[in-house]
This record gives sequence, structure tokens and C-alpha cells, in this order.
Amino acid sequence: MGHRHASRRQILRWSMAAGAGVLAAGETDAAASARTLGAPLGPYGERSPFEKGIRFTRESRTPETGSSFTPIQESLGTITPSALHYERHHGGIPSIDPSVHRLVIHGMVERPLSLSMADIRRLPSVTRTLVLECGGNSAGEWAAPGPDVQRTYGMVSGSEWTGVSLARLLEEAGVRPGASWVIAEGADACRMMRSIPLGKARQDSLLAYGQNGEAMRPAQGYPLRLINPGWEGNANVKWLQSLRLTDQPYMARDETSKYSDLMPDGKTRIFTFEMEAKSVITFPSGGQMLPGPGLYELTGLAWSGQGLVDRVEVTVNGGETWQRALLQEPRLPIALTRFRLPWRFDGREAVIASRCVDETGYVQPTREALIAARGTNSIYHYNGIKFWRVRGDGTVVHVGA
Amino acid sequence: MWARNGVGLAVLMALASAGSINASLGSASGVAQSPRFGVGRAPTADEIRDLGSAIAPDGTGLPAGSGNVSQGRAVFAAHCARCHGRQGEGEIGARLVGGQGSLRSPRPLKTVGSFWPYATTLWDYVNRAMPFDKPGALQPDEVYAVSAFILNLNGIIGDDQVLNAVTLPKVQMPNRDGFVPDARPDVNGLKPRPQPTPVR
Ligand code: HEC
Repeated sequence: MGHRHASRRQILRWSMAAGAGVLAAGETDAAASARTLGAPLGPYGERSPFEKGIRFTRESRTPETGSSFTPIQESLGTITPSALHYERHHGGIPSIDPSVHRLVIHGMVERPLSLSMADIRRLPSVTRTLVLECGGNSAGEWAAPGPDVQRTYGMVSGSEWTGVSLARLLEEAGVRPGASWVIAEGADACRMMRSIPLGKARQDSLLAYGQNGEAMRPAQGYPLRLINPGWEGNANVKWLQSLRLTDQPYMARDETSKYSDLMPDGKTRIFTFEMEAKSVITFPSGGQMLPGPGLYELTGLAWSGQGLVDRVEVTVNGGETWQRALLQEPRLPIALTRFRLPWRFDGREAVIASRCVDETGYVQPTREALIAARGTNSIYHYNGIKFWRVRGDGTVVHVGA
Repeated sequence: MWARNGVGLAVLMALASAGSINASLGSASGVAQSPRFGVGRAPTADEIRDLGSAIAPDGTGLPAGSGNVSQGRAVFAAHCARCHGRQGEGEIGARLVGGQGSLRSPRPLKTVGSFWPYATTLWDYVNRAMPFDKPGALQPDEVYAVSAFILNLNGIIGDDQVLNAVTLPKVQMPNRDGFVPDARPDVNGLKPRPQPTPVR
């Protein structure tokens, strides 16, 4: 059910519509808690036991290499709780003691460096709120649109990251003339490796150690992660332990065999780092249910690896007409942006969708336009418009069901 | 325009090394003038070897050692076959053979043989990440050998070929010229935007 985004008044209204018994039970509970001494204080918080939203983990015969999807249909606002951040691992989640972890910076530098986490934390810190999306998010949509928003668009999350500017750290090491790439390697069992253009590293990359106000979670790269704003998740190497300055990309397995985009002509686009503008309606979305006709707030998330979301347009008539949704301010570049639109469901079938336009003028394409440009075998970087069908009885399914 | 017509990786890499990315983006303003904090110390040789073992497509970083196809067959049977199948046909782990000529078809089969542009990538990846549940278990000789076996299974090198730091980077992979720069945005008639990628 997608009710969590709704206001208390709305819930009460829905409860009343569903039958007076529900409301009476709720009121009794509320009164009871006020007559009972509550639980004592605890050292580290947990969410309410009534909250059930969890990640969906795709089955894998080798669970150490797998994907999990954020329940974005339950999301509120624009930050993903660290505990619900999507995950994609290729060699499991390592357990790393930060007091022994080291990052080496070597190759084409004046002063090769070996840094402890304490060294890194001594440097001036930077905090940025950013979206992170797996390059393979929505990959299933190439073949056929999928049933619910979590499993089709849920490999995206938003966090506040804190760390040091990579440009700053490269100054500490002194980049030698002629260097043009940075080879990043992680400390997990597959020692994830990616080649990053030096221009990006100098522009806005971070080495993050903090996420949402505390040290980042092990699954997100604890104790140190390369963050490349706006670029596919895999290029944000977790458990970072080595940066080698070179004059060539290293053609790692995860930038050749994987995370590259095969085109119908048999050629493959490589170094397709950027995540383009995308949005999706999270309520109402596939698998949810509107309890009856009436006024609802339609809502969802939009983002662009290119910068600010300029606007989000919503259709409630299958794409015939589009109207502007309200955007939650403050909008931040390369960050999840929530959109909302009041919508009266009149009990007749409606086909709804959103499309994002970013500050570069890029318009989120239809699935058909993407397939016309790239065929259906490129796996990665799918950012098509997602249509939901709200049936007359209030059930919501994906278009194509 | 050239970027859209499938220029080989050699050109792509040459461009990158000529500093075109640096030029297009510059360095973050202000940082260049900031004082150094002087954190950290010089890394030891062991640290660099253990933490940053990446192998370049020109072979930079490959260690001494060698291996041939028949040695590789034994390594594969002992360490890889249980997940990738006896002949690399794929099981829990990916299929490692076949697919040449399929990339343009509706059902492309991407394998080391049909898809990977460099043999050095195979050496690097097996060395860093395989066997999946015991990474780092193989000695350099064994990695050369098992790489030779997989390339031989794919018909890329002959039965008698020995792989070492000199011969491995020279192996011609069938899809070596199959990679092209990013051409996005490629929808809605938008013009290519300036991107911090090496290829624009
Ligand atoms: C325990 C099972 C297992 C064993 C043993 C194993 N592998 Fe793998 N292999 C995998 C899995 C799983 C993947 C995919 C990893 C990922 O998701 O990133 C993989 C991926 C690969 C790939 C990349 C395939 C591609 O197309 O991207 C190669 C090459 C490979 N293995 C070679 C080997 C070799 C050589 C050995 C023996 C030295 C070996 N593997 C042993 C499970 C295994």
C-alpha cells in the first residue's frame, strides 16, 4: 500500500471510507498509549515496528553478487534512509576496520601517498546531497515494462554524503603532467576497479566517509567511497583503497564486459558514465490501490545526473496532455527531487506518467524513443517514461500488464 | 562527428592521454593554490602491490611468470569448472566461450571471446576476482595458464601458445575495435552536450 506519503487527515478520511470500525480501533490504541508508560531511551534508534518497507533483493545463486532495490513507493521527501539504500555488489560486503584501512595514491604523481582514515578526515570536509543510481536500474524495462516501481526503478537512492574533495587530495599528491585517468580500486573480494577521467576527478569527485549524518554503511563502502556525482553507481567505487594516476584507461572488466552499452550495429558504447534525466510516479504506482474516487496527491521522484531538475510534467490521460507538477524546494543539482500534483480520481480508468526535463533542456524520453535509438540489448542507462494504469476499481498496474 | 563513427580505442585513449579531458574541465577553482596539509606518508612497495594491482591494456603491471594452454586446462578444472562448466559453457558463473559474430544479432552472446577488447582484462580480472569464493588464490603462473586456456577455448590463441607479460598484451581479441565513445544524448534530437568524458 502506498499510503505512507499521505497526510494524517487523508488517512483518516480513507479509514472512514473503509468503515467506521477501523477508526474506532485506531482511537482506542491511541488512547491506550497515553495511559501506559513508554519504552525507556535506547542507544541507537530503530524505526517503528509498524513500518514494514524493506528492500527487495533479487534472487541470485551467488548472493554475494546481487542487487537490492529501495522501496521508493514508500519513500518520503528526498533522502533515502541509509538502511534502505539500494545495493549492488560483485563480491559481497567486506568488513573493514577503519583503523587499519589505507588509501594509496600512486602512479603519475609527484608524491605517492599512503593515507589512513585519520589522515583523510584531517582534510577539509565537503557535504553534498546527491542521487545515486545503478547503471543497470530499470534494465528489465528494455524487454518489457515491469509491474511495480520498486523492482523497476528502485536502484536509485538519495543521500547526503560527507568527505573530502578528490581535487584537494590530488593536490596533496601532485599530479604529474601527462596524467589523464585515475584508476580506482576497492577492497572487496572482487577488488572492484574503474577508470575515471582525471577531468571528472578534478571537477567534483568526493572521497566520502559520511552518509546521512553518520559514517557510511558497510554496504555503501565503509570506510571510504569514491563519489562521482551524476555518474552510474558502479563508477562510485566502494571500499576505496587505491587511486593510480595514469595516461590511459585500464579497460577493467566492469567497464568493458559490464556497464557498457551494446548497440544494434554490434558496436558498444564504453565509458557511458552519466545518468540522464529520469522520473517516476511512486504513488499511485503498480501494486497499489486507491480506496475509491476522490482527491489524491500524485507524487514521485525525479533526478538528473546533469544538474537541476527544471520541471516535471505529468499526464493523467495516457500522454495526450501534460501538466506541470509542483517541485519540492529547495531543489539541489544531481539530487532526488520530489514532485507532487493534486489529482481527482473519478473512478474511471486513467493512464498516468511523469517526465523530467533537466536544466540542460534534456527531456526524459519514451521507451519507444530509447529503443529506436539503442535497440533492446544495451542493458544499462534506461531512463524511459513509466506509465501506470489506474483501473476503475482503484487498482494500479503497469501499462503492458 | 568522428566520435559517432566508431573510432578505435587507440584513438580514444590517445586523445585522453593528450589531456583533452583536463583541458575541457580544468581543475577545481581555488584548489590549485591552497596550501598542502602534508597528510600521509610514502606508500611501501607492498602496499602498492597489494592495494593497487591494476594491469593496463599495454601490459603495464603484469608480473613475471608464464603459463600455457595445457597447464591452464588443469587450473581451470581445479579452480573454475565447478562454477563455469568444464568447457567454460557457464553454470553458476558466466559463460566464458562462444558468441563470436553474435553481437549484431537479436540475441547477442557476450563472452570473453566474443566481447572483451583486451586479453589483459582477462588476466587482471581473474587475478583480482576469481575464483569467486577464493579470490587471490592463484599464482601469476596459474593466471597466465588459465587465461591461455580460456583464450584457446575461444579459438583466439593456438594450442602451443605460451602467455607471459610480453605475449599476453599482444593477443588480438576479436572485438578489439568494437567499442565506441558515448554518443548520448541520442534521443529527442538534442545535440551532444559537453561531457566530462574522454571522448568529446
Ligand atoms: C564459486 C563460483 C566461481 C568460481 C569457482 C569461479 N568463478 Fe568466475 N565467476 C563467478 C561469478 C558469480 C561471476 C560473476 C561475478 C559478478 O557478478 O561480477 C564470475 C565471473 C567470471 C568472469 C567474467 C565473465 C564476464 O563475462 O564478465 C570470468 C572471466 C571468470 N569468472 C573466470 C573465472 C576463472 C578463470 C575461474 C577459476 C580460476 C573462476 N572464474 C572461478 C563464479 C565463479
